[in-house]
Amino acid sequence: MKIDLQALSARHPAARVGAVPAIRLIDLQIASGEQVAVIGPSGAGKTTLLQVLACALTPTAGSLQLDEVAPWRLSRRALQRLRGQLFLAPQVPPLPPRQRVVTAVLAARLPAMGLLASLRSLFYPNDIPGAFDALDRFDLAEKLFERVDRLSGGERQRVGLARALLAPAKLWLIDEPLSALDPTRSRQAIDTLLGSARERGVTLVATLHQVDVALAHFPRVIGLRDGEVAFDLPAEQVTRERLAALYDQFEHELRGEVTPIPENNVTTPQPVVMHCR
Amino acid sequence: MSTTVLRAPDRDPAWLGRVFWISALLVLLWPLGVATEFKPWVLVEPRNLKVTAQFLGGFWPLTLNAEFMGLVLRETWRTVAMATAGLTLALVVAIPFTLLSNRVLSISALVGPMARGPAWLRQGVRWFLVFLRSIPELVWALVFVRVVGLGPTAGVLAIALTYGGMLGKVYGEILESGETHTTQNLLRNGSGRLQAFFYGLLPTNAAELTSYTVYRWECAIRSSVVLGFVGAGGLGQQMDNSMKMFNGGEVATLLLVFIALVALADQVSAWLRKALG
Repeated sequence: MKIDLQALSARHPAARVGAVPAIRLIDLQIASGEQVAVIGPSGAGKTTLLQVLACALTPTAGSLQLDEVAPWRLSRRALQRLRGQLFLAPQVPPLPPRQRVVTAVLAARLPAMGLLASLRSLFYPNDIPGAFDALDRFDLAEKLFERVDRLSGGERQRVGLARALLAPAKLWLIDEPLSALDPTRSRQAIDTLLGSARERGVTLVATLHQVDVALAHFPRVIGLRDGEVAFDLPAEQVTRERLAALYDQFEHELRGEVTPIPENNVTTPQPVVMHCR
Repeated sequence: MSTTVLRAPDRDPAWLGRVFWISALLVLLWPLGVATEFKPWVLVEPRNLKVTAQFLGGFWPLTLNAEFMGLVLRETWRTVAMATAGLTLALVVAIPFTLLSNRVLSISALVGPMARGPAWLRQGVRWFLVFLRSIPELVWALVFVRVVGLGPTAGVLAIALTYGGMLGKVYGEILESGETHTTQNLLRNGSGRLQAFFYGLLPTNAAELTSYTVYRWECAIRSSVVLGFVGAGGLGQQMDNSMKMFNGGEVATLLLVFIALVALADQVSAWLRKALG
């Protein structure tokens, strides 16, 4: 999928009116099938950029075009159909704790399934081999019928990534895919993601805290700082000086000292008052 | 070192406030007592004590002959059946309205405020549920006894309407207060509302929903006894008959059976909730 951003600004939905937008005046063109890493210190607007691309956030100014279509001019129904072609993987994997892994993974197919087919799939998973293959590429094949809450944080994150392989999407937007993974698993996960995206001709945009991974695996790297594009270069042209400038006053993040921990916002639900009358 | 000598405080600083609030409460309670003709001492007047003793004395001996016990057994079963059928019908009422009124399943609310049409529809459904549940099942039963005649059908319909409203409202609260990350992500990735419900919202909240439903079933058993008094069949109707005949032994037997039934329902419901939790 081709992406075209012109002078785009957006702010977080919870931000005060008049607050500085999280991303400002971004011009960005990404060709179909390209693989792009977005790096930058915390609070640079990386997640906001992904959400705008996923049509999960309305831009406050500027224009967004996906495959020559302006999503926000579409009707609500057509927009929802378009969202089916975008796959957004948030940093905290969206998996219901009591669901089985196979169901959680196959849920990525929902936009391509009718309601009846998706209900039938709850009784009997409609593509066990497909789910198995997707999990196998992340070394999780044996967890197919486990419950999600029996998995470790890293396993959950990889289940979240495995969903991408089943989604009927032409654009993968992956937020911090490696935040809960050790270096070996990280390399395997990123290889699988990039390889599968290439096989399918899917456009891939991933935000990353691991600058070395971004430079080593992605052909194109975008540096984001304070909501603006600091640089947008082929990976081999990203010099040490540019990185130092990008992470100025955030050097500990560049050195990888603080791996951002995905805040586990699995809030315990409020107990419902058991009232008879 | 401070030079002033510390002295023990003369009195508790919270004391005055406490006195004020207790007297305020009493002043407020006084008119309520007058309005309800609250005179507990009439219970121990000799004349009333005699009536009470006569009534309670009639309880012994319990009526335990085979014919009556057979009747009690049938009516007990009818009470359980009435509660279960009523609750099942209530689910039929509640589930569609819960889905209609649920704000988490709004696609327009994914970005910014919900669109006006859907917002009004959801609010309208809520008001309808509040209307259903604010009319006590006893009133519905009186209405239905006129319409469908004496018997359990009236009780079933009464429970269905009131409990449909209650279940719909509380289900809505459970679903909206729980974790919505998964559901939102499914919607953002282009799945339909019902798909997002079955793959995200329902598995996240299933335990709580079931536990509340089981609890309501227990309540329905208790209330179906009360409904019997207005002619809706079951144990309550039998008890009403026996009381009108001044047959203390029968009343006592029925009361004991009723207590046992409620205790049993309580046990079953606790066990079910534990098994599901």
